[in-house]
Amino acid sequence: MREMIKMVVVLTILSSLSGGLLAAVRNGTKDRIENQQLQMVKGPAIRAILEGCTNDPVADRFKLKDDATERSFFIGIFNGKHETIAFEASGKGYGGDVGLMVAVNLTNDKLVGVGVTTHSETPGLGAKAKTDPAFSKQFKGASILEPFKVTNDGGVINALSGATITSRAVCAAATEAGRIYQRLKPQISDKLKSLP
Amino acid sequence: MAKSIVQEFTKGLWNEIPPFRLVLGLCPVLGVTTTMENGLGMGIATTFVLLCSNVLVSALRSVIPAKVRIACFIIIIATFVTVVELLMQAFAYSLFLKLGMFIPLIVVNCIVLGRAEAFAFKNNMVLSMADGLGIGIGFTLSLGALGAVREILGTGTFFGNALFGASFHPFVFMVQAPGAFVCLGLMLCFMNMVGNK
Repeated sequence: MREMIKMVVVLTILSSLSGGLLAAVRNGTKDRIENQQLQMVKGPAIRAILEGCTNDPVADRFKLKDDATERSFFIGIFNGKHETIAFEASGKGYGGDVGLMVAVNLTNDKLVGVGVTTHSETPGLGAKAKTDPAFSKQFKGASILEPFKVTNDGGVINALSGATITSRAVCAAATEAGRIYQRLKPQISDKLKSLP
Repeated sequence: MAKSIVQEFTKGLWNEIPPFRLVLGLCPVLGVTTTMENGLGMGIATTFVLLCSNVLVSALRSVIPAKVRIACFIIIIATFVTVVELLMQAFAYSLFLKLGMFIPLIVVNCIVLGRAEAFAFKNNMVLSMADGLGIGIGFTLSLGALGAVREILGTGTFFGNALFGASFHPFVFMVQAPGAFVCLGLMLCFMNMVGNK
């Protein structure tokens, strides 16, 4: 009995110390990691899907509160009008969350482009969601207000071969983006109007 | 019985060099050594985890009940691996992108758990530190060497710098998985040839 209590106590103390240490390290590195991701992963993805805009979307970003979380929005200026914004949503993939950057035109609610940012999918199969332009092109021009589905589930998006789960994750992320967009559209419009 | 600190340190560099002598931890050895930079980065990350977990396991060896020692080791190891992962994301993001999921996989690297169980749990802190450092550096050197050979043959570069002129045709086979096995086999063969003399 005494031995059992000792085992429980040791494991509990060890786990809580470990949790505390990890929380401290995470807090200390959070801002730096966010910056690094912005520069190395999200930056190129944003510039790729907002191709042809005349400003630097990474510099022209703003944050909005969405319930408990804060989301970043990146502004793309086309033909002198700032009516396009990019933001990120995520879906559950095969190896964890799949981050998807989507760009939406606020005037007609249509997708300007999408690009996968962070993921841990299988190289050569699911990872193609990021590298295969034919896959992400399917989202271009679609209305963000409708849910996205792969053809197997009765939708219009052709899944990547051998990577149905990843393709579903991307669709789920795009659908999630639609929900965020509908929730925050009034605030986004206000923000854009207040800019010069 | 009592071995000196120097002996514990140097055994990891030759007699018990992990991938070649013990043939342990082959998953990262084969997976990440497509370039020398990746190999060294992975080796340094593993060394850090090995050093920290060895010291902590050794310090707590009188407190940890023998029946749940493996669970305790895994908690300690997993904590340090997550620390490495966060630090690497913050300070070496491009390396993190290349190594990807191999960093979290250090948790199940049999070298780290093996040293905790076979050495640190039975020896004092100073010796465990020497052991962890020696094995870690041995592992880093092996990954670096394997990475260098594969990078030179497979892409014609060394640490990212082009070595040969434009006429060089890279031997792409070497940077793919079968090339890793062939290369590792040849190095094992070489190590045994030298070691048996």
